[in-house]
Amino acid sequence: MTALSHLRQLEAESIHIFREVAAECQKPVLLYSIGKDSSVLLRLAQKAFYPGPIPFPLLHIDTGYKFREMIEFRDRYTAELGLKLIVHTNHAALNGGANPFAWGIQRCCGALKTTALLDGLRAGGFDAAIGGARRDEERSRAKERVFSFRNERGQWDPRNQRPELWNIFNTHIRPGESLRVFPLSNWTELDVWQYIHAENIPVVPLYFAKLRPMLVRGDTLLPLEQPFIPRLPGEQTQLVKCRMRSLGCSPCTGAIRSDADTVPRIIEELIGMRRSERQNRVIDHDQDGSMEIKKQEGYF
Amino acid sequence: MAAPALATQDAFEEFLERERTKDLLRFTTAGSVDDGKSTLIGRLLYDSRNVYEDQLESVTKASLGRNAGVIDFSLLTDGLRAEREQGITIDVAHRYFSTPRRKFIIADTPGHEQYTRNMVTGASTASLAIVLVDARKGLLPQSRRHAYIAALLGLRHLVVAVNKMDLVGYDAAVFRQIEEDFRAFLREFPSIHPYFIPVSALCGDNVVARSSNMPWFEGLSLLDYLEQVPVAGRTHAAAFRFPVQRVVRPDRDFRGYAGTVASGRVRVGDAITVFPSCKRTTVTAIITFNGNPKEAQAGEAITLALSDDLDITRGDLIASAANSPTTASSIRATLVWLDEAPAELNRRYRLKHMARQEWTELKAIDYRININTLARESAPALEMNGIGAVRLEAARPLTFDPYAQHRTTGSFVLIDPVTNATVAAGLVQGPAEESSFARPSLRTANAINWQIQNGALVISTTRPGGFSARNGNSSGSAITDEGTLQTFHALLEKLGVSLF
Repeated sequence: MTALSHLRQLEAESIHIFREVAAECQKPVLLYSIGKDSSVLLRLAQKAFYPGPIPFPLLHIDTGYKFREMIEFRDRYTAELGLKLIVHTNHAALNGGANPFAWGIQRCCGALKTTALLDGLRAGGFDAAIGGARRDEERSRAKERVFSFRNERGQWDPRNQRPELWNIFNTHIRPGESLRVFPLSNWTELDVWQYIHAENIPVVPLYFAKLRPMLVRGDTLLPLEQPFIPRLPGEQTQLVKCRMRSLGCSPCTGAIRSDADTVPRIIEELIGMRRSERQNRVIDHDQDGSMEIKKQEGYF
Repeated sequence: MAAPALATQDAFEEFLERERTKDLLRFTTAGSVDDGKSTLIGRLLYDSRNVYEDQLESVTKASLGRNAGVIDFSLLTDGLRAEREQGITIDVAHRYFSTPRRKFIIADTPGHEQYTRNMVTGASTASLAIVLVDARKGLLPQSRRHAYIAALLGLRHLVVAVNKMDLVGYDAAVFRQIEEDFRAFLREFPSIHPYFIPVSALCGDNVVARSSNMPWFEGLSLLDYLEQVPVAGRTHAAAFRFPVQRVVRPDRDFRGYAGTVASGRVRVGDAITVFPSCKRTTVTAIITFNGNPKEAQAGEAITLALSDDLDITRGDLIASAANSPTTASSIRATLVWLDEAPAELNRRYRLKHMARQEWTELKAIDYRININTLARESAPALEMNGIGAVRLEAARPLTFDPYAQHRTTGSFVLIDPVTNATVAAGLVQGPAEESSFARPSLRTANAINWQIQNGALVISTTRPGGFSARNGNSSGSAITDEGTLQTFHALLEKLGVSLF
């Protein structure tokens, strides 16, 4: 008998991880961020617990600045699958005027993402948060465990991680401490798209190229969903054939020029791609090692 | 990765299918400080075009402040700020790349002496190890240690990359001497298939393409070798093993057992035995989200339905009726100690073995392996990075195969019940002879009595020389609600009694 293909191996490992969380953690939650990785995560969770239902709710940290198409997709898809969805938003910060231009990217992310996440987890009393982060996304993530320990304040200590051997996971924590669990740790962006193709998994239409109105600033294509985005004198949006390679908050996520309007074309594009996936995510660029710092503070 | 120049839709579909069905090789890398391991991996990623331009820009920017070459390839893999600042690798890092033939997962482990535990971690999921040797230094004690760990963890393929060949004038004699020394050492590890290759990670010689600087070397380049080394593991040919992860009972009509096939295959109608209860039954269905196949193989995550309604729980092991694993509560094992606090004799640890967790006690350290000489030394304790042969006593029986025969059913970790740290990696050698320190158990033994007297919890054993303990004073003080559980556990602890 031949070895399983890489996708089947990755799938089985992710299912194993999901089942371990469900068996050993008191109150897990699946952090649903609506993107392609979350779509894959949901499919894997369905597979892990079939013929039973997914035994935990979904938590979406809604910054208030997600793309409209993301929210539409979220509500439609989770209802279709019959899943329990909790949405948590840092309304206090939003009411206080938080946006990346008024507050700066770091402070805005800190309030709308990190604080909101920690508050959302605390409000639900969740001891394990399952997320779709992959180790190939960013350098500091390459060192993160599948079951990643967080202290009482939700912080990650990269220099003091539990060794993780074979497929045996240590889920023991004390009250107040928590785990972040990453079933897609060993997947790459290409694996994710190949799996979406193989399994015919629905994703947000923003991933597919079409003509969209964009502010064109050098290499950056900025979608104009929020009224507070300052325009340069005389600046007008242009219709550009483009797509989103990763999805975040609309003011901080640039589009890429692309003709890839189907999953196979996205795969073809990726294989020829010379820029990394998070390159259009403004938030990672503000300082060297910025993702590591955010993660230490509790960011996913 | 070059963009595919694919003229027709058919060719593209074919290409997608090939991409989708390629296999996976996991390997680990080990070396000593400064022998260029991170550089080798950076080079492998870069030359196989698996590095993106913006990643390259960010490390090129960072390189300006350091005294390496134009592009410091090691910065591609050293992800933490402390690592980039100090020019060292701290922790196991995972790297991913793929070629048209295969997907690769690298567990890149640091070479520092104090981080040896990381190599064990990296090797635990790998089927091949690359060990780097500095051509100028030859075989070091560390190289031997790396080969020993690879053999211990059951890796069968070992690539010995003799690096920095550019610094010895690409001299064939240097390479051949190191190969000869290493082969002599490897005679002790007949399970290992070595492959020797002279490289320069810095200059790219023999990493992705064969080097014109070493025409005397006629083997494959490193990447070519990695692409063609066989990956189909022994797990497919081995006997059927299926650790039960969860009992699936969505409604009254269905009861199934979810898990991943650890080895062998299972077909509908197969006779199986459930361990440790030794009950026998047959498989009535294999259930997956994508349908119910007639058979499943090693590596697949499935749910089994069985013909009898047996009492099967998480942690049980389902195995082929013909070829049984061993069941024992007293085992001999090799421990690799991972924690700063050394192993303590007679201390209780949580043992996690597949989906099973048991209290276990470290009863004896028979000897410690001197990792440089491989000699067996007597050892009163086992310290961080120490490897020792030990005997463990579990509260309830474990069902296993020796690690040398089976990676999944033969491996476990120990967890410190106070700090919750993962303190040891364990490799089962076999059952120990039944010992005298079998622990009485609340669930199994009538040797334990427990009752509430005047609101106090009293536990006693009726074994010869029996003892009893109670919380509170002799008049029996009341148990407060929130304290009950802790009290109960404390008393059990005092008596050396396990809960199950």
